[in-house]
Amino acid sequence: MAAATQDSAIRTGRVTRTLIYLVLILFALFYMLPLYVMMVNSVKPLSEITGGGMMSLPDVWTIEPWKKAWSTAQIGVEPTGLRPYFWNSISMVVPAVAISTVLGALNGYVLTKWRFRYDTILFGLMLFACFIPFQIVLIPMAAVLGFLGLAGSTAGLVLVHVVYGIGFSTLYFRNYYAVFPTELVRAAQIDGAGFFQIFWRILLPSSGPIAVVCIIWQFTNIWNDFLFGASFASGNGAPMTVALNNLVQSSTGVKEYNVHFAGAILAALPTLLVYIVAGRYFVRGLMAGSVKG
Amino acid sequence: MGFLDIDNATKSYGSVEVLHKVDISVEEGEFLVLVGPSGCGKSTLLNMIAGLEDITSGQISIKGAPMNGVHPSKRNIAMVFQSYALYPNMTVGKNITFGLEMHGVPKTERDAAMAKVADMLQIGQLLDRKPGQLSGGQRQRVAMGRALVRDPDVFLFDEPLSNLDAKLRVDMRTEIKKLHQRLGTTIVYVTHDQIEAMTLSTRIAVMNGGYVQQLGTPKEIYDTPANLFVATFMGSPSMNLIDVAIRADGNAVYADTTDDQGRKVSLAFPAPGAALRSFDGKTVKLGIRPEALTDVDGADQRSSHVEQIENTVTVTEPAGSDTFVTTTIGGAECVGRMRSDADVAAGRAATFAINMEKAVAFDPQTEDRIA
Repeated sequence: MAAATQDSAIRTGRVTRTLIYLVLILFALFYMLPLYVMMVNSVKPLSEITGGGMMSLPDVWTIEPWKKAWSTAQIGVEPTGLRPYFWNSISMVVPAVAISTVLGALNGYVLTKWRFRYDTILFGLMLFACFIPFQIVLIPMAAVLGFLGLAGSTAGLVLVHVVYGIGFSTLYFRNYYAVFPTELVRAAQIDGAGFFQIFWRILLPSSGPIAVVCIIWQFTNIWNDFLFGASFASGNGAPMTVALNNLVQSSTGVKEYNVHFAGAILAALPTLLVYIVAGRYFVRGLMAGSVKG
Repeated sequence: MGFLDIDNATKSYGSVEVLHKVDISVEEGEFLVLVGPSGCGKSTLLNMIAGLEDITSGQISIKGAPMNGVHPSKRNIAMVFQSYALYPNMTVGKNITFGLEMHGVPKTERDAAMAKVADMLQIGQLLDRKPGQLSGGQRQRVAMGRALVRDPDVFLFDEPLSNLDAKLRVDMRTEIKKLHQRLGTTIVYVTHDQIEAMTLSTRIAVMNGGYVQQLGTPKEIYDTPANLFVATFMGSPSMNLIDVAIRADGNAVYADTTDDQGRKVSLAFPAPGAALRSFDGKTVKLGIRPEALTDVDGADQRSSHVEQIENTVTVTEPAGSDTFVTTTIGGAECVGRMRSDADVAAGRAATFAINMEKAVAFDPQTEDRIA
């Protein structure tokens, strides 16, 4: 009896599982198609693309488009390639992610373990930052940056992204720390640890998963941001996304699709890398932070 | 002036007063247990001693020094938490010495203190592990080690055994008692388990609704509970309460009630006081502990006065060491504790011996004990 049901359970399982996998593979292929097109066309000469056959593998393999996109392509007026802008983006994204994550962790710590009057209202207000559309703050932000003397600089962009990022990073860390046992903080207080010692020695070492979530989230958002980059950075200080746009949108000469594809992949590479390296923590941390909290 | 003085300590959250003028003086080396149902304010009081909660009014002092507003780490206290609160990212050894490190004790002294404590609690082989790799009992030991290593004036325990399984709880209870006997430190211990309170303490404060209902030795609390709450909260099975009519007759005072057949039963008090006599003609609640309602052979032979009544047994519950027998006296269901081999069966009549020396009477209006 038991054996029979188990047997039939396996058989139906096999049929449905095959179906499920079939559907999943189809969807995966469908979603991978753009990446395939980008990859394939970035390694063939322009003539093969203009001659039709976007989908076919290259007859002649070449990495020239990648080299050109990276170091010699015409961006705006100068033939610098994307390289300097790539470093612009790095020098913007690293401090912005680091600062907004640390501030978010501190905010979460204070909002859950050092409760004060109206702290939930304050948290609610901070959450608004997650919902405000970027476009609304463009003009006031420009005024503030001008006032601070940071207009058009990378430091200014860092400031903009930190301000925007704090809302999310605070949300993540607050929810994570909300389920962190308060007794631990009290024990540390009795042990004589101060405000920052408790944060540094007790809370932060236990915050790995949520820190990864926060870093991935901030990195992706800040790296991929175009609007702030286009609005608050000028000329040579522009981030990668703006440079890519300038490369693709250039109205003079032939449209070098293979170079454009290579440039687009270059621009997407860092976020891809972050996901691959830290991805397995992402779901874990997301679960720990938001579902349980 | 005691070692730890709680002087009219009151705690309010906004307009809600959760702790009302608590006044307890603890001598050096005492083991004070705060016991009561959840929400009675016992943990709040403990946190106030620890400095984790402010004192709204009144004063708490340790060794004569007022502690109001003093930071927890400066009170020379140590606390063991219900969840143990071990730092998950540190090894057992780090957990134990963290407090010393924060107080600027040099590494060599820290290691020496850790070795001593690890030896005392037999956790030497665990020092390099993380708390996540320990069993409940081991975590409990480490938590106690963390408290011991500081050599504090007062130990505070916040329901430290409630996360352990039944057997381990009894073992650890004995260990805590041994530890107290060996070290002779002052301990304040919070629990909702009245057996823990009875077995561990030198004195008990029974709390309810933010008031200390009674403060006394375990024997005082058990034998002469101040009111109905203390009487029913302490002891398991809980005290039997029977409505009886008081009748004074010459020097003697009787408690009149009926057995389950409706026959009149008169139970004489062995040494009635004037207070009890003044209830002549009125109804009071007579409290009889289960062990004072037993079989004839099991009755206390030294008691000055034992009454016997014939009554029908409704339920028997053999517990191995004793047999709990349920019967009805004066309309109230009563539990008696008989010897395990007492000849009783449900539905049959049995003779119950009532040790009137241990009987207490309560005023049904004020619920206080009639002295």
